[in-house]
Amino acid sequence: MSSPRSATTRGGGRAGRSVAPQPPVVASGTDSSTSLTREQRLELYYWMRLTRSLEERLVNLYRQTKVVGGLFRSLGQEADAVGSAYALRKGDILSPLIRNLGSMLVKGATPVEILKQYMAKADSPTRGRELNIHFGDTERGFIGQISPLGDMVPVMAGVTLTFKMRGEDRVGLVYVGDGATSTGAFHEGINFAAVQRCPLVVIIENNGYAYSTPTSKQTAAERLVDKAIGYGIPGERADGNDVIATYEATKRAVDRARRGEGASIVELMSYRRKGHAEHDNQSYVPEGEIERWAAENDPIDRFVARLRSEGVSAEELADLDARVLREIDEATDIAELSGVPEPLDALIGIYADPPQEKPLWFREGKRAAVEENERPEGWGTYDISGDV
Amino acid sequence: MAEITYLEAIREALFEEMERDPNVFMIGEDIGAYGGAFKVTDGLMAKYGESRVIDSPISEIGIVGAAAGAAHMGMRPVVEMQFIDFIANAYDMLTNYVATARYRAFLPTPMVVRGPSGGYVRGGPFHSQNPEAGFIHTPGLKVVYPSTAADAKGLMKAAIRDDDCVLFFEHKYLYRRIKGEMPAGDHVVPIGKARVAREGTDLSIITYAATVYKALEAAEQLEKEDGLSVEVIDLRSLAPLDDDAIVATVKKTNRVLVVHEDTRTGGIAGEITARINESCFEWLDAPVLRVTAHDVPLPYAPSLEDFVLPQTPDIVLAARRLAAY
Repeated sequence: MSSPRSATTRGGGRAGRSVAPQPPVVASGTDSSTSLTREQRLELYYWMRLTRSLEERLVNLYRQTKVVGGLFRSLGQEADAVGSAYALRKGDILSPLIRNLGSMLVKGATPVEILKQYMAKADSPTRGRELNIHFGDTERGFIGQISPLGDMVPVMAGVTLTFKMRGEDRVGLVYVGDGATSTGAFHEGINFAAVQRCPLVVIIENNGYAYSTPTSKQTAAERLVDKAIGYGIPGERADGNDVIATYEATKRAVDRARRGEGASIVELMSYRRKGHAEHDNQSYVPEGEIERWAAENDPIDRFVARLRSEGVSAEELADLDARVLREIDEATDIAELSGVPEPLDALIGIYADPPQEKPLWFREGKRAAVEENERPEGWGTYDISGDV
Repeated sequence: MAEITYLEAIREALFEEMERDPNVFMIGEDIGAYGGAFKVTDGLMAKYGESRVIDSPISEIGIVGAAAGAAHMGMRPVVEMQFIDFIANAYDMLTNYVATARYRAFLPTPMVVRGPSGGYVRGGPFHSQNPEAGFIHTPGLKVVYPSTAADAKGLMKAAIRDDDCVLFFEHKYLYRRIKGEMPAGDHVVPIGKARVAREGTDLSIITYAATVYKALEAAEQLEKEDGLSVEVIDLRSLAPLDDDAIVATVKKTNRVLVVHEDTRTGGIAGEITARINESCFEWLDAPVLRVTAHDVPLPYAPSLEDFVLPQTPDIVLAARRLAAY
């Protein structure tokens, strides 16, 4: 077994620069063989392309000021999001992180939902209450994250504890970044899941940076996957820019969980090519680093090369690209038509009981507007009679 | 019917709810094999097994978060904080995650976080706290703090059945000192309703938890020595507050003293005073007064703790000032 430092690299990171993130390492023992069919591999390509193109559309909308808040990109990380989520099946639940748009799409989130959510529309998945990809649907199998990092690890420990208590054949998967591994919530959640042998896979996406902080300033550990040893659970590291390697490594962890062998860690090595959010100018990144990753280690380029070598034609891929753009165009048209939330709807559903809060007296003049617009069925509206 | 203690009443509610609903389960530190630091959960593991009474690692973030995840999946977890002081470790999980889950993500999170609270027990700075104010301030959480054995049982049953997260503060001074008869049948006390602990007409003391008994003692003394008729309101629920009960007592006596064991600045007495000011100022014959703990961490030595916490003579003194205003 080779040492982690001497393992195969692809990104050409500069040796000896403490601020530069570690280049991705192809985990020893991971070869590129796969049991995935040609059709499944094309599906992976579709999800990766959809992720990237949807984010590119969001950039356009952001520049047109149609995105209300910040925009978070996963450029260069599409493979780790898509490949890992693809290892789950129906009934399993994942909790994404801010760069897991691809994971959510695989689990059934739609482009129109993503667009409405970013644009704070009344009929967005959170009705304008939350931002970006912070939303979920337990039926489809994803639970929305919150901003404090690491918090979803204990929550997913509880979700999977329930699977175990009920004897259900279901697995949970939770994403954290290199930064979140420093939090108390990460530690407590993973330790709890390990002790209780919850069917939980913890994916650590190591993309080199947490906001501006390189992994070298986040931890003295050489490899984040080594934390698994401390929790007494299996860990595996894989090349997160290789969608097949990501899928296969995650699948092994998912299978272990499904067999009742408890929690495990999968560290996926990747690189964050955009800033923390769209406003971030990445002044802290060493010169040339981003360009090198873009040129030499783009996950979609790599997968295209592989697919072509396996006999997929350029036309087939172009057809999928065209389908993706068509779907995004349609979704954009729908999302742009939606209205903004009714102000009084802000007061609904803090609790099951009481169902709504009263507006403060200096806002009672807002009441008139509420009767006019219908909301989707089951979402509830503010009851202006106030008799609750 | 035989009387049982405040602690036994809580335990009885836990047993009955575990029996009633298979989705109810317990999680906490040392709650199973050992039965809990105060033995509140004693006997539960023997009856319901390790899968429904989970001895957890020392991980307040972990167990509150795990409870939330289980609650999303349809379970009804009851989490014990070994001492409520340690709930501070889970503050982020409760306020950022649990409290917002229904609102931002439409995720039901029916769970109870319960634990021994309060002072007068020589517990020192980390085994005596009353941290309710921080959570009352957080929309999405409910907070109850009973003073009687019957309310402890009835509110626990209501908390477990509630579809949102309820923080259940148990006063450890009352655990074995207070006894009461349990009403027959399925005894549930609604969350959000105060209780008139003593009727009166001259002035009102609004309080909750252990200081209810100090207020009742003071009322007794004031009646004997001053001929004052003092009403005592036991809030029972702190979020939501029973505004109707507060307004009713203000209109009845026109003089209000708010008493709590929590520290003064930012304590719930300030909120109650502001609500009275906004809703029934013209019914007041005197300014609302407060008797609270001093704004210091709670010290260990009896002479220090007794000085810092509100005592019956403090309440008598304040009530006399209010009556004479």
